[in-house]
Amino acid sequence: MTALLEISGLCKAYPGVVANDDVSFAIQPGEVHALLGENGAGKSTLVKMIYGLVKPDHGTMRLRGAPYAPAEPRAARAAGVAMVFQHFSLFEALSVAENIALGMEDPPKPRDLAARISAVSQAYGLPLDPFRLVGDLSAGERQRVEIIRCLLQDPKLLIMDEPTSVLTPQEVEILFHTLRKLAAEGTAILYISHKLEEIRTLCDAATILRLGRKVGECTPAAVTAAHMAELMVGKSLAQPARAAQAPGAVLLAINGLNLPATSSFGTSLRDVRFSVRAGEILGIGGVAGNGQDELLSVLSGEITTAPDTITLAGAPIGALGPHARREKGVLCAPEERLGHAAAPDMSLTENALLTARIRRGLDQGGFVDWARTREFAQEIITRFDVRTPGTEVVARALSGGNLQKFVIGREILQAPSVLVVNQPTWGVDASAAAAIRQALLDLAQGGAAVIVISQDLDELLEIADRFCALNEGRMSSARDARALSMEEIGLMLGGAHDMAEVVA
Amino acid sequence: MIVDPVTLMVALITVATPVLLAAIGELVVEKAGVLNLGVEGMMIMGAVCGFVVAHHSGSAAVGFAAGMAGGAALAMLFAVLTQLLMANQVASGLALTLFGLGLAALIGVGYGGRDLPAVYRPFPEVWHDIAVIGPIVFSHSALVYVALLLVVAVWLVLTRTRIGLVLRAVGENHDAAHALGYKVVRIRIAAILFGGACAGLGGAFLSVVRVQNWLEGMTAGAGWIALALVVFAAWKPWRVLLGAWLFGGIAALQLRLQAAEVGVPVALLDASPYLITIIVLVIISSDRSRAALNAPAMLGRIFHTSG
Amino acid sequence: MIALEKRPQPARGWVIGAPLLAVVLTMIAGGIMFAALGKDPVGAIRIIFWDPLFSEQFSGYSRPQLLVKAGPLILIAIGLSLGFRAGIWNIGAEGQYIVGALCGAAFGLAFWPSTHPLIFPGMVLAGLLGGVLWAMIPALLRVYARTNEILVSLLLVYVAEAMLASAATGWLRNPEGAGFPGSRNLARHAGTDNPELIAGTGMHWGVLAAFVAVIMAYVIMTRHVLGYQIRLAGQAPRAARFGGVNAGRLVILCMGVSGALAGMAGLFEVAGPAGRISIDFNVGYGFTAIIVAFLGRLNPIGILLAGLLLALTFIGGELAQLMLGIPAPAIQAFQGMLLFFLLALDVLANYRVKLKRRVAA
Repeated sequence: MTALLEISGLCKAYPGVVANDDVSFAIQPGEVHALLGENGAGKSTLVKMIYGLVKPDHGTMRLRGAPYAPAEPRAARAAGVAMVFQHFSLFEALSVAENIALGMEDPPKPRDLAARISAVSQAYGLPLDPFRLVGDLSAGERQRVEIIRCLLQDPKLLIMDEPTSVLTPQEVEILFHTLRKLAAEGTAILYISHKLEEIRTLCDAATILRLGRKVGECTPAAVTAAHMAELMVGKSLAQPARAAQAPGAVLLAINGLNLPATSSFGTSLRDVRFSVRAGEILGIGGVAGNGQDELLSVLSGEITTAPDTITLAGAPIGALGPHARREKGVLCAPEERLGHAAAPDMSLTENALLTARIRRGLDQGGFVDWARTREFAQEIITRFDVRTPGTEVVARALSGGNLQKFVIGREILQAPSVLVVNQPTWGVDASAAAAIRQALLDLAQGGAAVIVISQDLDELLEIADRFCALNEGRMSSARDARALSMEEIGLMLGGAHDMAEVVA
Repeated sequence: MIVDPVTLMVALITVATPVLLAAIGELVVEKAGVLNLGVEGMMIMGAVCGFVVAHHSGSAAVGFAAGMAGGAALAMLFAVLTQLLMANQVASGLALTLFGLGLAALIGVGYGGRDLPAVYRPFPEVWHDIAVIGPIVFSHSALVYVALLLVVAVWLVLTRTRIGLVLRAVGENHDAAHALGYKVVRIRIAAILFGGACAGLGGAFLSVVRVQNWLEGMTAGAGWIALALVVFAAWKPWRVLLGAWLFGGIAALQLRLQAAEVGVPVALLDASPYLITIIVLVIISSDRSRAALNAPAMLGRIFHTSG
Repeated sequence: MIALEKRPQPARGWVIGAPLLAVVLTMIAGGIMFAALGKDPVGAIRIIFWDPLFSEQFSGYSRPQLLVKAGPLILIAIGLSLGFRAGIWNIGAEGQYIVGALCGAAFGLAFWPSTHPLIFPGMVLAGLLGGVLWAMIPALLRVYARTNEILVSLLLVYVAEAMLASAATGWLRNPEGAGFPGSRNLARHAGTDNPELIAGTGMHWGVLAAFVAVIMAYVIMTRHVLGYQIRLAGQAPRAARFGGVNAGRLVILCMGVSGALAGMAGLFEVAGPAGRISIDFNVGYGFTAIIVAFLGRLNPIGILLAGLLLALTFIGGELAQLMLGIPAPAIQAFQGMLLFFLLALDVLANYRVKLKRRVAA
């Protein structure tokens, strides 16, 4: 039997980085094939070459035996290759049907298209209204738009880039059901992920990449997750160490926070209340886009509220801006590293000044003490093992993991009494992620209250003492993280507001 | 009565047409996600090219074509700067206006007061004399009707066709459009050239039809008002038409009030079109829900394929 | 096939090199333009860039003119550069310049014919406040009504011009001027004049103010938290808010400063080189200052040099008009070209140009 897609010796280099080095593997029709690797292992570049977005430097591809070298995505789609992106390529201000029409070579009339969308969405158990604006959809629904857009092309190979990162456990089940059905009909699926259990459940074969090279292949169901992890990471990682300790007094409390949506497609926060104690890590789970950014803005002081809505050790701080909160010891590290937590085109020294001016005394009467600021930046670099040629390098020149270490380090070295972090390890390589988690644990150990907002449930279960879920701007009540099963968490994420009553 | 409503309506339509043409062009440019602040420069280039060529060729239509070419040529400069060389759109647009004003004045040296060919009026002379609707509806030059058809055409293309959908998609999210394989830069360059041609045509209408003369700086901010109209219209073609008529009405009325020497200071009347444009802008902008909903998300952002 | 590749860091050499190369390219393109007008291109370029400074025949008059013309350009451009760095686009400096001149002149004329020593300082203050007032309209509308400051500030130029016309023909008209438009001459009256401070240099209070503004802007931008916040707000608005920068306050501050400097420039001009309020009092300094600000890379020292260069093109342009009959608008086109080339060359600072071979499909 000829393979559906056969890849041999693909190479792609960018200035300073070899993204793919001599990668070869084959996908059979009807096979769910996993492409496994850490962030930065070269998975994205590889699939971009298959989808015609990037041209390989060397190497060849064959599709159903014939040479295959798509010059652009259009050619890839014409050849029967479709792709669902990790960061969706959708248009918020356009409707579902318009979005789907844009992804088709020869779309039917709007009315016929809507009918076909409804038909396909029913056939594969993916309910979707063709006339809604994409901006109003949840992340899971947006993914359905992408999938249906692909399915209408009747693809032979469907590429899915980290599809479950934005889904609740229940939504993952629905997706897997759809994918199995497709595979049974003969569609091959290239499934990119770094989640081992998922791959073991779903995939027939796996190719593992590390630092741009293929380091192994296996049948996922036949090997252990630990085996795959070792291949993927290349070394075994230390689990973060934590010692149990009795939590202290309540430091930060949110008392019934209501916030209308700040933009037309934003989320409004509704009656959010929680508290966090000294020495404790509170994990806030939930799929991105359910109010995480808004919550962080409220905690950082970028959006102010009524004074009593937020209290620090009993004192009202809701009406204070970012500077005043920092003075009181409430620090934050937002999700978006470039452009929010750091200014992309400013040097690390200048970025050190961004939040640390007051607590580290980096100015005198409004005049910046650049020497001290540089020293502080150097301190962050040394203490948090930030790999950079120096303090005068601009932030965007750093890799995601290194910049994240810099951002988290900048806040931790200011000795916060409360630290709020959003997606601390998103897009960060495993060793940097482990270092960041350890730093957060150490901070809590030292008596600070830490709030970790994350989509990565494994991460939250690993480091959080208590867990709560944010869903459509509502917060579930917090529960002891050590006593929770994955299924309970799934229920909390799926409908956090209903959970409170069920549990109580 | 100081002001005759019928002649006012006729004047309103004439005064509104140049800004209408420029604004509908800019609307297309902005829908593609590009902010071209050089409308004033492109208009004045259109005005001078239109006038000079109409004078020499003896044909208004050839003059209009030259106006479009002049506006589009200047727009091409902007397209190269912002789309190929990734220059800042605000700065490039300002440069376009400053350069256009200078170059147009240079081209037009010595042309002030030269004679022009007559413009074509599509409806028979006798129709012009029909009471009320004759002058208002039938008396205009062909370009006035072309401008109205253009509004309808732009509306149809943007909402009903694939080209329009792709254009809107590029303006909403250029990275996603690129990922789907659309040529973001090419589409934007085409939109910019269209915008330039429309602005040039508006300028040519101003010099060849409305004023029937060439004067240095004769656009007098019309390009900026066209930019304001696009915001006022919340990026909807038919509302551009409404805005242009509103502006035309005020401009025509203030000229008549000045002629009638009513007791309002001349300076205030002179400034009134600009002041009212500002006031309308303020009212529209402060309505948070409406202003944000239609603005293309990528407006003014630089697109560069990395990787 | 040529491809652009984003540099990890802006190239330092090109940051300085691009403006210099832009000047050279503008001279070449300008030469072509002059040749197209039927003039000797080399001669025209020499008259514009060389003769005003070094020709025995003209330099006596032209050299002092350099500071006279550069003063307002630098003063206005320094103000604009603060806002441009923060992403606040005040392009209506021409209007603020006019209103500053009107307010300052009105103050001086209100006490006519007094020669009290406090009148001139009062005029400067009035000019400054007039500029601030005019700039506050777009600033407050942007902060409180989210109205685009580019359009409002620009449209207000036309309003200011209407006010200027009415002042020159009405409320500021010289009562002893036989009904001709234009105010009394402030420069020829002790107490309201802005005199040449050092004879033969063109140095007046406005030029001095421009130099002070350059130094202060330099200190603020490199050493002060405010300068840091301005750069931050321009480069990464969201990071700025996270860092505690109050965006609204910054808009008001930057617009206020640029309005103040433009207003002062207007007053120094009306009380000095121009002498009086007239219908055509404004000659486009407010717009040329935009070119000066960009050509100077929004950097105070750069603006100082760019202001002198653009002043040279004004003087040289007048000379070229006189000597070669090159039309006045040619210089405006010439200045616009300079900005074009600069923007085009900027790409070299941020991107690397690479020649790529097409991969055979």
